[in-house]
Amino acid sequence: MKPAEWVDRRLRLARPLNHAIRKAFPTHWSFMLGEIAVYAFVVLVATGIYLALFFEASLGETIYSGSYEPLNGLEVSRAYASTLELSFDVRAGLLVRQTHHWAALVFIGAIVVHLLRVFLTGAFRRPREINWMIGVTLLALALLAGFTGYSLPDDLLSGTGLRIAWSAALGVPLVGEDLAFLVFGGEYPGDIVSRLYPVHILVLPALLAGLITAHLAILIRQKHTQLPGRSRTEHDVVGEPLWAGYALKSLALLFAVATVLVALGTFVQINPIWLYGPYEAFAVTSPAQPDWYLMWVEGALRIYPPWEISLLGVTVPAQFVPAVLLPGLTFGALYAWPFVERRVTGDRDEHELAQRPRERPGPAAVGLAALTFYALLTLGVANTFIARLLNVAVLDVTAALRVLVLVLPLLVGVIAYRVLRGLAATGASGPLHLPARALLRRRP
Amino acid sequence: MTRLRAALRGIAVLAALRSLARLLPERRRDDDREVTDPAAERLVAVALLTSAGGSVAFVVAYVLDADPQLLGAGLVVALGGIALALATWALRLVRHEDVLEPREPMTPPPEEHAEAVQALAAPVGRRGFLVRLLGLALGTLGLAAVVPAASLGPAPGDARRRTGWREGARVVTPDGAPVAVDALPVGGSITVFPEGATDEVDAQVVLIRLAAEDLRQQPGQEDGTVGGYVAYSQLCTHAGCPVGLYEQASSRLLCPCHQSVFDVRDGAKPVGGPAIRALPQLPLAIGDDGMLVARGDLPAPPGAATWRILT
Repeated sequence: MKPAEWVDRRLRLARPLNHAIRKAFPTHWSFMLGEIAVYAFVVLVATGIYLALFFEASLGETIYSGSYEPLNGLEVSRAYASTLELSFDVRAGLLVRQTHHWAALVFIGAIVVHLLRVFLTGAFRRPREINWMIGVTLLALALLAGFTGYSLPDDLLSGTGLRIAWSAALGVPLVGEDLAFLVFGGEYPGDIVSRLYPVHILVLPALLAGLITAHLAILIRQKHTQLPGRSRTEHDVVGEPLWAGYALKSLALLFAVATVLVALGTFVQINPIWLYGPYEAFAVTSPAQPDWYLMWVEGALRIYPPWEISLLGVTVPAQFVPAVLLPGLTFGALYAWPFVERRVTGDRDEHELAQRPRERPGPAAVGLAALTFYALLTLGVANTFIARLLNVAVLDVTAALRVLVLVLPLLVGVIAYRVLRGLAATGASGPLHLPARALLRRRP
Repeated sequence: MTRLRAALRGIAVLAALRSLARLLPERRRDDDREVTDPAAERLVAVALLTSAGGSVAFVVAYVLDADPQLLGAGLVVALGGIALALATWALRLVRHEDVLEPREPMTPPPEEHAEAVQALAAPVGRRGFLVRLLGLALGTLGLAAVVPAASLGPAPGDARRRTGWREGARVVTPDGAPVAVDALPVGGSITVFPEGATDEVDAQVVLIRLAAEDLRQQPGQEDGTVGGYVAYSQLCTHAGCPVGLYEQASSRLLCPCHQSVFDVRDGAKPVGGPAIRALPQLPLAIGDDGMLVARGDLPAPPGAATWRILT
């Protein structure tokens, strides 16, 4: 008996399969963004399991003795020593560790660009608000997973990041101090590395996997949105069938993503903790920068002005606005957006068709303005670098960024709005939609 | 009359069948979805063989303990070959076709919704009181389950307000060596800890020797300096990074994390960057043996502040 027959005689999959392989998948390049995130997650899980088998999550001290000569004989934490060991003394360890780190950067990058696509095309509108909120939650969890991950090796850079996280926790109103002691298991550094480990390798991956599954199940139930076109209406979805066109392409993408991530892990060094050195409470690397996806918070910490706000005898600590309020408002706004837009436009209908940004110039302009805002905050992390490049004082760069971060988003928003309105009026084509006749018209 | 009814029924059945057919995906008769393209087939074959070769190279590199770059290169070829093969297969060997699926609106007809609600509510319909009690029990259980989270950390108490510094505590280097009055040249700076607490993160203090004429002592802090020495908590009051960079020419401490600048001649007040509070100053004295000692604890919690009322 053939294996397929063997399985079918036990699960009777033929009928659901016959139906499933004809499921329509609309083809558009921007639909690959979410898939890239899923496939990066697959790589993260595969590489992460290998790393977890060698890493020792303990701040207990040990004398390093291994292949990396410059640190031999130094008293370091077990976390740091085991990371060095898995990098230098475990075969394939360094490759897997670097691929894991690169995959994390790409994972979050793909999520962010995917979110932008969904936002700019209004693909989150009713009935897809639930999936939007799951997506926003996935982004938040991915940021946490990234931060808890690069904080594990107990090197000088990650120790600095944890110290800032401790300070951010202290800045939470009223309960800040209790919260910080609860999370760290006492006064900084407490027990933080052994705390982060189960969160990073169990809690967050389980939540991510569960929510990714829910995200996809809801997608299948509701079917894709798609841009309008011939037969692409509110009542129909047109696309390649699951088998073979779509599935083969998607599998090809899985392997392509894995190829790129392994290539990065092979040829581009990332997070060389042996160069940063072990964590010392009274030392700090300079420049100290987080991974890209947290640079907006770090940048905000650098450029938020030293305003002392006192209300009714209570003084707001300096780190509160950039490290607590800003992230809170950011995610609050993301969660609330579908309902805010619905309130503003009064549009309560179901929408199966995505819009082109020009069909929603207002929200699209808001989105591009927000993108500019966060890009400038991210740039704030480079203030010392910019200062050196332009040969000016760091504090002058910071002062300029303080102005730019408020002015430029407004400017971009206004220009985007006018351009999008203009595009809508002329009917010219943009990158999201390229009808065949546009290609034919090129030659005179 | 019966004939008319039969005809009507026939129309109804036809209409029902048609609407049913609309719900099913459109099916194409010809199952011949293969495309003849020998060049593409050759490319797929070569890519797959190359991939297998890459996997073998990966294993060989592993066994020989070769450079990570060689190891990774093997894996890149193995994965990339499959990616290329599948992409070619999908784009050139599968006939492109579009299928059309009707969408079902996500808003259910009211009666469908009502039926489901009723079906769910029927078994508990007249036991609303018990349902509320179940809610109460589950809610209480949920709250009770959260309480043990308190074990995760001790109550803060005054842990942050107390460090290892106390009156008479010797000033020592991170290695535990005491610091004599003439240990530092004018303009010099080192990190120090209270003796016996060199592991205590929050007790780290930066000790700087200034020229006597540079000192602009704060009222009430005149006793804090001795022999041109000033000592400040080394944790930035902004986000807690060690304020590790001392610029001798301007007598300023710079935080490498967020570039807060503190003037050590003037009570380490912030003069630039995002910090809003001065670094707490450690009051110093000279011990009987000529070594530097503290005159007490830091006057404020080191590092970042909380929302507690500022005293």
